[in-house]
Amino acid sequence: MIPKSIGASSSESGVAEMRRLIARHKTWDWLFGLLGTLALLFATLVFAALFGQMLINGTPQLSWEFFTSFPSRRAASAGILSAWVGTILVMLVTAVVAVPLGIGAGIYLEEYARKNLLTDIIEINVTNLAGVPSIIYGLLALGLFVYQFGLGQSIAAAGLTLALLILPVVIVATREAIRTIPQNIREGAYACGSSKWQVVSHHIIPYSLPGIMTGVIIGLARAIGETAPIITIGALTFIAFLPPSPFSSPDHLLSFEWLLAPFTVMPIQMFNWISRPEEAFQANAAAAGLVLLVMTLSMNALAIWIRYHFRKKIKW
Amino acid sequence: MMSSILPLKHPPGTLAETPGALPQGWSAARLRRRLAERAIETLLMLAALVSVFTTAAIVAILVWESVVFFRTVPLLDFLTDTQWTPLFDDAHFGIIALLSGTLTTTIVALLVAVPLGTILAIYLSEFAPFRVREVAKPFLELLGGIPTIVYGYFALLFVTPVLQKIYPELPGFNMLSAGLVMGIMIIPYVSSLSEDAMRAVPMSMREASYAMGATRLQTALFVVTPAALSGLASSYILGISRAVGETMVVAIAAGMQPNFSFNPTEPAATITAYIVQVALGDLPHGSIGYQTIFAAGLTLLLITLVFNILGHFLRKRFREAY
Repeated sequence: MIPKSIGASSSESGVAEMRRLIARHKTWDWLFGLLGTLALLFATLVFAALFGQMLINGTPQLSWEFFTSFPSRRAASAGILSAWVGTILVMLVTAVVAVPLGIGAGIYLEEYARKNLLTDIIEINVTNLAGVPSIIYGLLALGLFVYQFGLGQSIAAAGLTLALLILPVVIVATREAIRTIPQNIREGAYACGSSKWQVVSHHIIPYSLPGIMTGVIIGLARAIGETAPIITIGALTFIAFLPPSPFSSPDHLLSFEWLLAPFTVMPIQMFNWISRPEEAFQANAAAAGLVLLVMTLSMNALAIWIRYHFRKKIKW
Repeated sequence: MMSSILPLKHPPGTLAETPGALPQGWSAARLRRRLAERAIETLLMLAALVSVFTTAAIVAILVWESVVFFRTVPLLDFLTDTQWTPLFDDAHFGIIALLSGTLTTTIVALLVAVPLGTILAIYLSEFAPFRVREVAKPFLELLGGIPTIVYGYFALLFVTPVLQKIYPELPGFNMLSAGLVMGIMIIPYVSSLSEDAMRAVPMSMREASYAMGATRLQTALFVVTPAALSGLASSYILGISRAVGETMVVAIAAGMQPNFSFNPTEPAATITAYIVQVALGDLPHGSIGYQTIFAAGLTLLLITLVFNILGHFLRKRFREAY
């Protein structure tokens, strides 16, 4: 690479040649910087095209009625009422199941687990589960929740499926958050006579909460957009009604009838509209996609903000 | 352990009521606390075991239904037949017809994701000014958070029409546009894992390279990249595993007709798209059609498992390198 003339750099031509060499490599540097910027620009353009296309096609359809109407056979009057209510209820089940299980598992693996075979198995398992395609979870749910447990195509079945799907996300986030807490916090608490659970509940959980929250929100944002596992359990149906209200019980107790009710969710509704041959429904799909996109992107943005905000604030 | 020496925490009242009978009061409180501690640990362990149960349940269900399936369809036919028509009268069960779709879309996706993901990783890790990185990384993360159904919509109603302008014979459903969009979708995945690998390369190696008079690009290409190679490879392999398991983009944009072809301009079904197609219909529980999706799912799981294990093995290697 280095030309021989450098050895004789005292000569005029040697210096000039070296300058040329340096200039050439600087040009390559500059070119790669340009290439990287172009790659970033390309990603931005793709995002702009994706968002712009939906905005152009979907905005005319977005109105108050779109949120308060049931899906319909006529594209113009079809809305997403049953879809967004279904999404919220399914997410409720998912969060109630996945958050305690995920945080508990994370705490166990970081604070309690001894180094033994069982711990190794659990750890390998969590990393492997994170790589299992989401549609496989759909097959699991179809065999286990829908038929074995007899839950049918219900909110409970979908919520449980998505909970299992995001469990690795919550576990990994919890573990990473706990790992950043320095050991002397634990030692200080033990020195004051705390038991293990007191250390965990008074110190570990509060200090790792921002990190855990980030993981939970990212997991839920992923669950909101998941389509494949829910289609697999056979939930693509025409739903023009709402699940029974939790407050409908006559004896003033919360009713849980809605858990077993049939449902639809945002991505399923969108898929339904995309696969219609009539062009008019594609505007509905774009509008639903826009709502879905805003939901997931704002959740992701919130998660990123929490992480950046607290990373700056916490100094051990 | 420590509470036996100096128990500071105790239920309120025990000390005041029985000042003379300390040991007994202590031991009851201690027993309760020890029991509570043990109960909490057991609960947390059960939470951790849920992941093991999940894996066990996935394997059990897929294998269980597949065993029933393979009783009707010989494994040899499954692996060598080139037609996949399980719902026809003349039923064929050749998984190759679905694998060809999966393979073709995955290759197209990789042709997009690997070069762009690597360039972005090198740029963000070695070139980009701090400000650019602070904005670009969360932005890429956001791109990775877009629901796959939205990407599917984008592929069918934006990318395909654009491609049809360049190449008018392109059918409305084709593997090319599905693969391209899938590639864009996994760019953030590849770039963030690759960048992590490159950042794990110690600064001293870069400094040594600069001290020898190397430029940024020379350092990035001839010092940092080789040192992070196993990490880069693992990011590609995990990207492959994502592309293989991706469902909605291919189900929407590539069509759902099984087609033994490696031509990206043709429509075809992937393994995942076939599962979706069956789930959309109304197949009775326990029929052969119902079992095919579990056999297809088992195939998919095995493929992704191989790639995941390979990826994790490679990632472990780059972690232990320094």
